[in-house]
Amino acid sequence: MTTAVIDRIPIETEENYLNASYGVKSWLLTKDHKRIGILYLLAITVMFFVGGFFATMMRLELLTPQGDLMTSDTYNKFFTMHGIIMIFFFLIPSIPAVLGNFILPIMIGAKDLAFPKLNLLSWYIYMIGAIGGTYVVIAGGVDTGWTFYTPFSTQYSNTHVIATTLSAFITGFSSILTGLNFIVTIHRMRAPGLTWFRLPLFVWSMYATSVIMILATPVLAITLVLLIVERALRVGIFDPALGGDPLLYQHLFWFYSHPAVYIMVLPAMGVVSELVAAFSRKRIFGYKFVAFASLAIAFLGFLVWGHHMLVAGISVYSAMIFSILSFLVAIPSAIKVFNWTATLYKGSVSYDTPMLYALGFIGLFTIGGLTGLFLAALGLDVHVHDTYFIVAHFHYIMVGGAVMAYFGGIHYWWPKISGRMYPEWWGRLSALLVFVGFNLTFFPQFILGYLGMPRRYHAYVPEFQVLNVMSTAGASILAIGYAVPAIYMIWSLKYGKIAGNNPWGAAGLEWTTTSPPPAHNFDETPIVTWDAYEYRPPEEAAVVTVV
Amino acid sequence: MGQQYEASTLGMWVFLTTEILFFGGIFLAYTLYRNQYFEAFKEAAHHQDLWLGTINTAVLICSSLTMAMAVYFSQLGKRKALVTSLVLTLILGVVFVGIKGYEYYEHIHEGLFPGSLFHFQSPMADQIQLFFVFYFSMTGLHALHMIIGFGILIWLILRARKGDFSPEYYGPVEVTGLYWHFVDIVWIFLFPLLYLIH
Repeated sequence: MTTAVIDRIPIETEENYLNASYGVKSWLLTKDHKRIGILYLLAITVMFFVGGFFATMMRLELLTPQGDLMTSDTYNKFFTMHGIIMIFFFLIPSIPAVLGNFILPIMIGAKDLAFPKLNLLSWYIYMIGAIGGTYVVIAGGVDTGWTFYTPFSTQYSNTHVIATTLSAFITGFSSILTGLNFIVTIHRMRAPGLTWFRLPLFVWSMYATSVIMILATPVLAITLVLLIVERALRVGIFDPALGGDPLLYQHLFWFYSHPAVYIMVLPAMGVVSELVAAFSRKRIFGYKFVAFASLAIAFLGFLVWGHHMLVAGISVYSAMIFSILSFLVAIPSAIKVFNWTATLYKGSVSYDTPMLYALGFIGLFTIGGLTGLFLAALGLDVHVHDTYFIVAHFHYIMVGGAVMAYFGGIHYWWPKISGRMYPEWWGRLSALLVFVGFNLTFFPQFILGYLGMPRRYHAYVPEFQVLNVMSTAGASILAIGYAVPAIYMIWSLKYGKIAGNNPWGAAGLEWTTTSPPPAHNFDETPIVTWDAYEYRPPEEAAVVTVV
Repeated sequence: MGQQYEASTLGMWVFLTTEILFFGGIFLAYTLYRNQYFEAFKEAAHHQDLWLGTINTAVLICSSLTMAMAVYFSQLGKRKALVTSLVLTLILGVVFVGIKGYEYYEHIHEGLFPGSLFHFQSPMADQIQLFFVFYFSMTGLHALHMIIGFGILIWLILRARKGDFSPEYYGPVEVTGLYWHFVDIVWIFLFPLLYLIH
């Protein structure tokens, strides 16, 4: 009782980034990376629930074999809008633009990113794109699939293709600017003594992600320009009837969109490295291997786009090469999984909410990654291509992987962001709901796909109903699992326990400053004389400090 | 200040890497069709005005020279010479885009603009249209980069007149120079691809 009273006494007389200035204008014109991170958080949360709405409607339609809730045209629009919103407006910016923006400069002991104005500009560009995407939703949607395959998208579809591709094009520039800002920041703004191999692994993974952002996104941009030109002028850059080559479109599109998978999952791996170390109270096993595995994934990620086209008519020889290269991606990915697991060994593991999400990530990512090998195998891919097997596979990577890690990261850094603790019991419950709901939703889809249920249809044969009902039931649990944190996070802003500087007892510069941090992050520039994840027993660490 | 200068130069180099990939995509597509429809692209290139293209190339190279001079004078802190070089760069840039605009006008007049305005009697009309799709897209994107450059130049001129730059602080001039030279180099590749190869 008494503690509760003490907790509510505002101790926030200290100046921090939240009370440094007030008013809408101080937020909309802010150059503080922490506030910009919050602006991103608000925007992508809205987009997450819009994309989630479309997923919910699809799962409801698929409850019964007949198409009874919506027409096939509406269904086409719903799965397209779900994909576009979730990928371009939620997953791509999720961890980099929210957690990366907020935490990365603090992690490296900097006052801000290298280009604070550019950072704000990137948010405005994102918002223009997101408003364009929302306009499309209201104006009647788009039905091409998130891949905008030609010539359907340019010659036949009578939905809002240009508005959608233009929005995706614009949003791309926000991620280019974020990537550019991170690269320069990591190169130039590290605190004295913070060498490359003392960096937290989250920083390494953000660096690898940024490289992909600046190299892959412009290719998507030019591809979408050509698509818009083709549709607007009715010419045939990618239309075989007018001399164009639809495979060229697919090559260019996947040259971005395959690396984009790693834009989503590399930051997630970075978050998981932080969480596993913090809640095992151990230095990450094989630090350098994990760090270089991020770069290896970024590099290999550029060489495997053809596996999206194995049955699209590319030559058998290039298909074989793309298949082998795709297998190679498994090596650095497995290095990470084994090293996280090895970190747990003999660690003092505690099961707080962020750790539950991290452990969930490791399991689900492993399943997602292994089924990726099935799809990279030429023979098996012919069988499961364009079925629910692939839908299940990439949801294991993107939802079971990226979204789980995003939620884990939000919980882990929430005390730093808000200065308050979220309710732990509710946190663990939601992590459990998400894990159970997710598996119930998507595991049956592996079986459905293997049995031959094609993706992107609003009706199916009655034999598949039992598995589809399971999937829809899982989706309902998943929806609750996502809604609960949204509620208690808002609740915790006012009623949460005061967190203190370092509620987890974690290593890392972000935990040495106050919660929430002051506008300039540190009162004095920190000088780093220790490695990342310094979790030795206090007496040992004390000896080092004296020396 | 030193850190800021290094950061902005590195930032521009990273941005130019992005730009290379951006133009790279369309160069790739061009190369593919150039090989596939060799005869048609050869035929289409005959409808280019080689003289105007050559003059424009010279104009643009001169603008790169004046831009390089601007960076040099900013390092020396010669304000008047800096402003003059920047203004010359801007004028040459505008001349370039003006000539380009005239070429566009002629092409549209001849019915070479792709889409509903395209009127070309040939069995290879579709393929020739494809050449002009690339011609207008590539030079159009290039011109757009020039026009963005004009905005930056005007901003630099206004700042230089106020005496904002000195031998200790000339980062914005140098970074703009990098950008301007890049846009120049893109044209150096476009010119042979679209005008010279027959």
